[in-house]
Amino acid sequence: MLYREAGQFKSTYLADSAIFPLRQDRIAMAVLLAIAFIVVPLTATPYLFSAILIPTLILALAAIGLNILTGYAGQLSLGSAAFMAVGAFASFNFILRVPGIPILVAFVGGGLCAAAIGIVFGLPSLRIRGFYLAVATLAAQFFIIWFLTKVGWVTNYNSSGVITAQPIVVFGYRFDAPAPKYLLVLSIVALMALAAKNMTRGNLGRKWMAIRDMDVAAEVIGIPQMKTKLLAFAVSSFYCGVAGALFAYAYLGTVEPEAYNLDLSFRILFMVIIGGAGTILGSFLGSAFIVLTPIVLNVTVGWLDASGLHVPASAGSNLEVIVFGVLIIFFLIVEPLGIARLWSIGKEKLRLWPFPH
Amino acid sequence: MKLIQSLLLGVAAACAIGAAPAMSQQFIPILSYRIGPYAAGGSGYFGGAIDYFNLVNATGGINGVKLTWEECETEYNAARGVECYERLKKKNGGASTVEPLSTGIAYGLIDRVAQDKIPMTTFGYGLGASADGNVFRWVFPLGTTYWDQVAAMVAYLEQKEGGAAKLKGKKIAYLYHDSAYGKEPIGTLDALAAKDGFEALKIPITPPGTTQESVWLQVRQQKPDYVILWGFGVMNPVALKTAAKVGYPREKIIGVWWAGSEEDVIPAGSAAKGYVSAAFSAPGTSFPVMQDIKTKVYGAGNGNLEDKSRIGSIYHTRGVVYGILITEAIRNAQAKYGKGKVMTPEQVRWGLEHINLTDARIKELGATGMFPPVKTSCADHEGSGMVKFQVWDGSAFKPVTGFIAGDRALVRKLVEEAATKYAAEKKITPVDCSKEM
Repeated sequence: MLYREAGQFKSTYLADSAIFPLRQDRIAMAVLLAIAFIVVPLTATPYLFSAILIPTLILALAAIGLNILTGYAGQLSLGSAAFMAVGAFASFNFILRVPGIPILVAFVGGGLCAAAIGIVFGLPSLRIRGFYLAVATLAAQFFIIWFLTKVGWVTNYNSSGVITAQPIVVFGYRFDAPAPKYLLVLSIVALMALAAKNMTRGNLGRKWMAIRDMDVAAEVIGIPQMKTKLLAFAVSSFYCGVAGALFAYAYLGTVEPEAYNLDLSFRILFMVIIGGAGTILGSFLGSAFIVLTPIVLNVTVGWLDASGLHVPASAGSNLEVIVFGVLIIFFLIVEPLGIARLWSIGKEKLRLWPFPH
Repeated sequence: MKLIQSLLLGVAAACAIGAAPAMSQQFIPILSYRIGPYAAGGSGYFGGAIDYFNLVNATGGINGVKLTWEECETEYNAARGVECYERLKKKNGGASTVEPLSTGIAYGLIDRVAQDKIPMTTFGYGLGASADGNVFRWVFPLGTTYWDQVAAMVAYLEQKEGGAAKLKGKKIAYLYHDSAYGKEPIGTLDALAAKDGFEALKIPITPPGTTQESVWLQVRQQKPDYVILWGFGVMNPVALKTAAKVGYPREKIIGVWWAGSEEDVIPAGSAAKGYVSAAFSAPGTSFPVMQDIKTKVYGAGNGNLEDKSRIGSIYHTRGVVYGILITEAIRNAQAKYGKGKVMTPEQVRWGLEHINLTDARIKELGATGMFPPVKTSCADHEGSGMVKFQVWDGSAFKPVTGFIAGDRALVRKLVEEAATKYAAEKKITPVDCSKEM
């Protein structure tokens, strides 16, 4: 009913291969964007902006990055947080050492540095795959964090070994209130998500998926393995790098290398797995799930406590972790392909509703 | 219509009743961590703070103003901590002050507290440069920063050797947690080494530090006169055990305060005997204030620690001292802006800048010997810089010195340099404290 596509005819190949071939999807997307860009900034509280929306969007961007590498190109990586760190620290140095550089250019520069490092650590992928590759990217995680802690130059010889993000100024406008920061992050994330979506739908994405499904067969049909795999590493690390720079500049402010630890890499990997590997939508859903669920649980425990049901603080904290773990397992059992898959099943059902076969 | 009206009135009345008590209470958000690898520290510390707040409330509040608080679990994770801060900062009439007890979270809050105008304390840790109140208006590394702590360690060694000149030509190994935390004091240590003429040998230990054979082999080869252990967590007992294995005397190892709790030495067993660590608060239950907490808070069933044997432990007493400092700051603010009123964060900030806990005042509070005198000012947000040294005798930490300070003038110079650099990077115009009262 909702998804009745009767009467929507496509007369060109272009229309047939559009991102949203259904009119309903196009409308839904436009409404969603309008809400995100217009309604939310007008109505949300600073708490929502700076504690929920900004981190969710930034981590979704990092999850898109990992999704390109793991979900589309099939290369397992445990180093996403390290590539985020490269992006953040490189952006910091660009702004510090290149006078007058626009901050967005510095972010791109940070992303490119991350991409370069990503290519270096992607080289082992030409010879090993699966768990062995995961170990190689784990080395990236440890090496990069060690390097950033070790070399004073990258933190401008800060005695604490931290970087302090310079103010974000674009065309003379200073982004320091939560709402403008959110809009900036949202614009960057929306643009990059669109680019990722198109990349994965096009020639490049098909090459990645071919490599993922069977690299020998892909090579036989003429897909250059080295170029494609390294490109996946480069693009993925670029996304992670920009996300890392935003994490430092639009979210935390002052950052130590330890903020980009293995724990964060795992969280991003969980976002991809729970959200849905090989989907852009899944990156957003996974990020929202991983960021929001603990907060919702924490608030719920607080309510239970306030409503008279006395919960000792330590029991509350433990309860939160237990429920979170159970939820993850529940989702993986119900839908091993992630929340995005649940969404597309729901959509299929809606298209047939109310007259299923 | 009538029904709706009466319903609305009822809701409004309920809101008023619900909100009224909150209005006359001073709200303090508690960003605690009771799960995860650092739970021992978080539960003890925040347990101590809450116990002291409960004691204040049980004895009439601060000039009648009761304290109220709400906990939020951070898991020692920077992102979670920032969320907790954002969630609690506007609640119950607004947060008076915030203490994350985590370097990572504190970094994430430095810009935010300045923007929101809420003072943040980093009691015994945090950014060394933030002791300079000219630049860091809203950050208070109360007690001692890592920089002052390492200076006090050198002062202690001088005392032990019998004079500053005696340290000349000696070799001090600095074994550190290879992270921002471990690197923080290196600049100060180098400056002190240049001044006093000792050699500082810096040996990193890769976290978590569960194997340290190669590190201690290096120590054995280099034969330093002393070893400063700047460890955290499991690194500390492993260091002590490995030192015993290679035969390095534990009496010559001096640990930072993160390496000076019961949890750090008991796992090392007999290998920890004779080991000295720094502390800026003394443990024990003999202090009158701790006795009060035992009788008035735990006696009334309001105690926060589930394991009663931890009352008076290092982390617990440290939390109590934090509670004392915060209530004192609020009391100061009330003395200026009106007794019996709820203070705004700006007023609490003023109070934090004017803490003057003299020996006499500490005695009044029933905490003589628990912590050193603290006197903050507009320029000096640290206020003390004094550290006590304690030796582990196999069953308890026994003090070996009173509260001593290192070369504070030298540390202050470094603080000002670092703060000026920070201000330049962030394009902050420092306030001139000499013009402010």
